[in-house]
Amino acid sequence: MKARRARALRARTTAMTAPTAPRSALRRAMRPLRPASPAMRVGLGLAFFVLFVALWALATFGGLVSPFFLADPFTMLQEGWLLFTRFGFIGDIGITVWRVFGGFILAGLVAVPLGILMGAYKPVEAFLEPFVSFARYLPASAFIPLLILWAGIGETQKLLVIFIGAVFQIILMVAGAVGGTRRDLVEAAYTLGATDGGVVRRVLIPAAAPQIAEILRLVLGWAWTYVIVAELIGSSAGIGHMIVDSQALLNTGQIIFGIIVIGVIGLISDTAFKALNRRLFAWSLA
Amino acid sequence: MIEIEGVARTFPGARGRSPTRALEPVRLSVARNDFVTILGPSGCGKSTLLRIVAGLDEATEGQVRLPSGPVTGPGPDRGMVFQSYTLFPWLTVAENIAFGLREKRMPKAERAEIVAFYVDKVGLRGFEGHHPRQLSGGMQQRVAIARALANDPAVLLLDEPFGALDNQTRSLMQELLLKIWEDDRKTVLFVTHDIEEAIFLGSRCVVMTARPGRVKADIPIGLPHPRLYKLKTAPEFMALKERLTEEIREEAIKAA
Repeated sequence: MKARRARALRARTTAMTAPTAPRSALRRAMRPLRPASPAMRVGLGLAFFVLFVALWALATFGGLVSPFFLADPFTMLQEGWLLFTRFGFIGDIGITVWRVFGGFILAGLVAVPLGILMGAYKPVEAFLEPFVSFARYLPASAFIPLLILWAGIGETQKLLVIFIGAVFQIILMVAGAVGGTRRDLVEAAYTLGATDGGVVRRVLIPAAAPQIAEILRLVLGWAWTYVIVAELIGSSAGIGHMIVDSQALLNTGQIIFGIIVIGVIGLISDTAFKALNRRLFAWSLA
Repeated sequence: MIEIEGVARTFPGARGRSPTRALEPVRLSVARNDFVTILGPSGCGKSTLLRIVAGLDEATEGQVRLPSGPVTGPGPDRGMVFQSYTLFPWLTVAENIAFGLREKRMPKAERAEIVAFYVDKVGLRGFEGHHPRQLSGGMQQRVAIARALANDPAVLLLDEPFGALDNQTRSLMQELLLKIWEDDRKTVLFVTHDIEEAIFLGSRCVVMTARPGRVKADIPIGLPHPRLYKLKTAPEFMALKERLTEEIREEAIKAA
């Protein structure tokens, strides 16, 4: 009698605790702002890629989408291999990368000093800010016909598209970063005998440097979208050109492969940039 | 050394609001080698007064006169330590201390010598290569003091430099500052709202009224040097504390 009651009690308590154990683990992981472990981050991050490819495979191999419109993952890889071995795709990639970095570096060389001047000297800001704010909303892609008229369909035109797309954005964001320098640091520098030029050189620029580097990283990402648009029109080489060619041949496998290559290169350059910033500006990381 | 001649400050009202009078005309004379503490309730304009002496803020009336002439802007002759942590986060401890010396274009070897001297003085040997974010609040303020002193200013201005520190650290920092002052007797103007701090550090304590601030009392602190922390519980210290507590309490009630 006693034993049975004890067993019943035990059964009831396990029934109460057993289902809550896994749920509480999930609930603990899903608590707002709770950090995820590195293993969990990598695992979940990869899981989505797997899910994505699985859905794609299901749609194509399962016959839900005609291969005419969307190649399956396997065909895409095959086409990609052909691109490299038969069609010199590596050259296209090289050209596109050079255009992105060329245009981006030109824009940076012009925009970073201008942005610093605007952030530091308010009359310069009052002079340029309204125009730059207007110019940043001019879509770089809309300039392409005009730029072709002015610069032809050569490299200059491609670089200019990226330059126009990036330069105004960088100017404004750099000006904001420099203008937002902590006032008390500037005051401290003055009480230590710094001149006006010294404050710009030794306080404003180093204080804003980590943010400027982050701005450049962000804009480099945008430059990748501009370059493809520039290459879709009036181009004879580059990833964008390959994509247009493949469209004419209805080769969706190559198009998708090209898009993925852009994504991978973007991810690599972004990661490298981030790592570089972290090394250069270790002092700014809490 | 510092002549504050009828300095007043009114902040203009924003968007049609009436302007704020932060400081009634203040007249104050600080002798060479004196350690003057300015005690007042928060918002009494004591920091504004100090900032005007530093040249970081402009007086609407009156002027501040130094032996070199009237103050027109900030300069290396008046070193300043702020309440907020104002070390340059991208520079190491040694580079922060050398900031003013580099601005003077002092040769590297000479610079290194002075830096080493002040690193020692504030007890931070071994931390020369650290960045500010690696230091505690107390250490950061020690570097800030060393950075101001390395410039060899005629006057040292301190704006509640230990206000953000915990009580124990604050006590230690007061002793450190006092020891530094006892060594070379620089002219110091020290703003605080802490009565004990004002008595323990100062050779003279100026009490200010609630906003708009003016000088309410000017009390000499005749306690002998060197002062040790035990002094804080001595009867003569207590007597001064009681007197200043009365003075400041009335103002605090007005300000609260």
